[in-house]
Amino acid sequence: MLEVFIFATLNGLVTGLLLFMLASGLTLIFSMMGVLNFAHASFYMLGAYFAYSISLYFGFWMGLIFAPLIVGVLGAVVERYGLRRVHQSGHVAELVFTFGLAFLIEEAVQFFWGPDTKNYQSPDILDFPLFTLFGQEFSAYRGFMIGISLSIFVALYHVLTKSRIGIIIQAAITHPNTVANLGHNVPLIFMGVFGVGTALAGLAGVIAGPVLTTFPGMSIVLGSIVFVIVVIGGLGSLAGAFIASLLIGLLQSYAIASDVGMPELLNLLGVEFERSHPLNDLWTLTLPQIAPILPFLLLVLVLIFRPTGLLGKREE
Amino acid sequence: MKKIRFPIFINSLLLILIASFGINSSAQEPVRIAFMDPLSGAFAAIGTSGLKQLQFAADYFYNSKGGILDGRMIEIVPLDNKQSPTETQIQFRRAVSEELRIIFQGNSSAVANTLNQTINRYNRRNPGQEVLQINYSAVDPILTEENCSFWHFRFDAHAAMKLNVLTDYIAKQESIKSMYIIGQDYSFGQAVSDISISLLAEKRPDIEIVGNEFHPIGQVKDFTPYVTKIVSSGADAVITGNFGADMVSLAKSIIDSGLDIPIYTFYAAYDGITATLGADGKNKIHLIHNETSNPIPTERRKDYMRAYKAANPNRDVTQPRLVNALQMIVQAMEQTQSTDPYDIALALEDMRFMTLSDEEIWMRGDDHQIFQSLHLSVQTDEEIEFDADNSGFGLFSFFHVPAEETIVETSCQMKRPRR
Repeated sequence: MLEVFIFATLNGLVTGLLLFMLASGLTLIFSMMGVLNFAHASFYMLGAYFAYSISLYFGFWMGLIFAPLIVGVLGAVVERYGLRRVHQSGHVAELVFTFGLAFLIEEAVQFFWGPDTKNYQSPDILDFPLFTLFGQEFSAYRGFMIGISLSIFVALYHVLTKSRIGIIIQAAITHPNTVANLGHNVPLIFMGVFGVGTALAGLAGVIAGPVLTTFPGMSIVLGSIVFVIVVIGGLGSLAGAFIASLLIGLLQSYAIASDVGMPELLNLLGVEFERSHPLNDLWTLTLPQIAPILPFLLLVLVLIFRPTGLLGKREE
Repeated sequence: MKKIRFPIFINSLLLILIASFGINSSAQEPVRIAFMDPLSGAFAAIGTSGLKQLQFAADYFYNSKGGILDGRMIEIVPLDNKQSPTETQIQFRRAVSEELRIIFQGNSSAVANTLNQTINRYNRRNPGQEVLQINYSAVDPILTEENCSFWHFRFDAHAAMKLNVLTDYIAKQESIKSMYIIGQDYSFGQAVSDISISLLAEKRPDIEIVGNEFHPIGQVKDFTPYVTKIVSSGADAVITGNFGADMVSLAKSIIDSGLDIPIYTFYAAYDGITATLGADGKNKIHLIHNETSNPIPTERRKDYMRAYKAANPNRDVTQPRLVNALQMIVQAMEQTQSTDPYDIALALEDMRFMTLSDEEIWMRGDDHQIFQSLHLSVQTDEEIEFDADNSGFGLFSFFHVPAEETIVETSCQMKRPRR
């Protein structure tokens, strides 16, 4: 049982940290610009596809460096020439814009790369088991994923709290007009944040692509869950997003690893149902079966009991 | 105003001309067949691949040779159902309004079930305008059992038939002592699980089922947590009915964990899957299917596969049963000289047809289920003449079961419409 627990924790960490890389950008963009970027996960997908194409010619490491940069520039362009114009028409227009953008990117990916799964492989140099525990291997690449995500978190936290630019960004979140009056170029800051946010999503795509497979549906699988994290963590809170990401990563991982469900519960209560019972599906439900929808359950609970999220400060 | 009068004979000449033109144009009117499968979204890869194969088969066998029924071309009309039952209903209405009366559909048994019910209801209410469902790939047994319908024909072996062959093979493998079953949480995934468990209990009661897991379809980001359970269960082999991205991710995670056990699947090949798994999947990924991939038994089929490859360098003939289905339907049309679904259905019943592989296949009239030999194949790069995804790797068929031995009884009590 111990081995299952240890590996469930490690798996949860990998997923959680990956989710954080997406959620951090999304929560920053939202808190700053008030834009709920529906296309965020699409930039994640673009990251994976760009890195795949680059890796075909120049290897994985070039993809790791350049794919996020391309995605970041693309994000900045979208902000500068798309969102900024739409911004004048209000939030609904922005929402519709990003929503449309998500579809557009998905179709574009299918158009240029086709609907097939892409053979995007992790680098050979990381193709060895990092350690073997109870006969199970933990691949070096997964260790590398944890390393990258953790260093991103540390760097991001440092920049936002310690550096001058971080202070300006934080100020621009709450008092954009004051910051502008002090002579800072607020639109430029917005563009920068949007670019960095999408670049982070792109980076997440680059490192997730080889493990979670690169295919046109990869943004949909992750898209909804990232919003859940941002809401649970509290809109605009980086630390909240971090906690919520790990929470959801671990929650799902443990739920899958567990072997309990309604049958065990009913046994405990000494109740038994026939297989032909009309609600048979309900009585045979197990925790692993519903693991992927647990985050949404958590979302509902958080919205009921703590609408601002775990660390959110904003009150409407 | 002066009235222009044509002489009578010119008038009649015109009339004849118009009339003959009319006959001509109706003779040239194409036979239109709908292809309803996901052409966008997460499962687009399988759908577009099937569409290309059907279109190519129509061109290769018929359109390039002057068409069918004395010169009518076959036109394949794509309808994108996004693999959603709701969208399927919308697309069905579109098919009806465009007078498409033959619908090919294969992906997802849930969708096939919806389409089956929709078609039955429509046909009951619109006698004389019935629609025919050509199921080339949805293998939930229920479609030819409890829910069997006169208007539904299945050109793929259903899950119970395939699992029967698979468990026959597994029963002979002394080294397999425990089995892990994992699948998508919907009708087909559950059918695979239930049937596997009961067949294994019958054929090899000593094999322990160490895991029986379901996960939501298309929702799992990372299969590693599931694989952790497979590893700790100590399973000697895995059975899964997963397809698409769920299949690739699962196989990738199993291979990444360092687990060296056979994975028995229905759909783990082609459309990027073989290339992605590559050398890691060698001798691990097994597939149970009809029509061998390597070796190909006849020159006729080889020619066809080469022609397809020449026309679509990045694609493969992944579903030869599409060709069989189209050829059988055309034969039914030629026999009856009709494109009416009722006539076609009657002609298809108990039809025996010689495929490109020189194998006689049989469409059973009782439940509209096809019977042909089934094969178990493994992913490898040895003795592969036709590889998948241009990867050098392909499927090698090593265990064969002739059609007679795949025949299973049916509980179908078909209601036949009267005309």
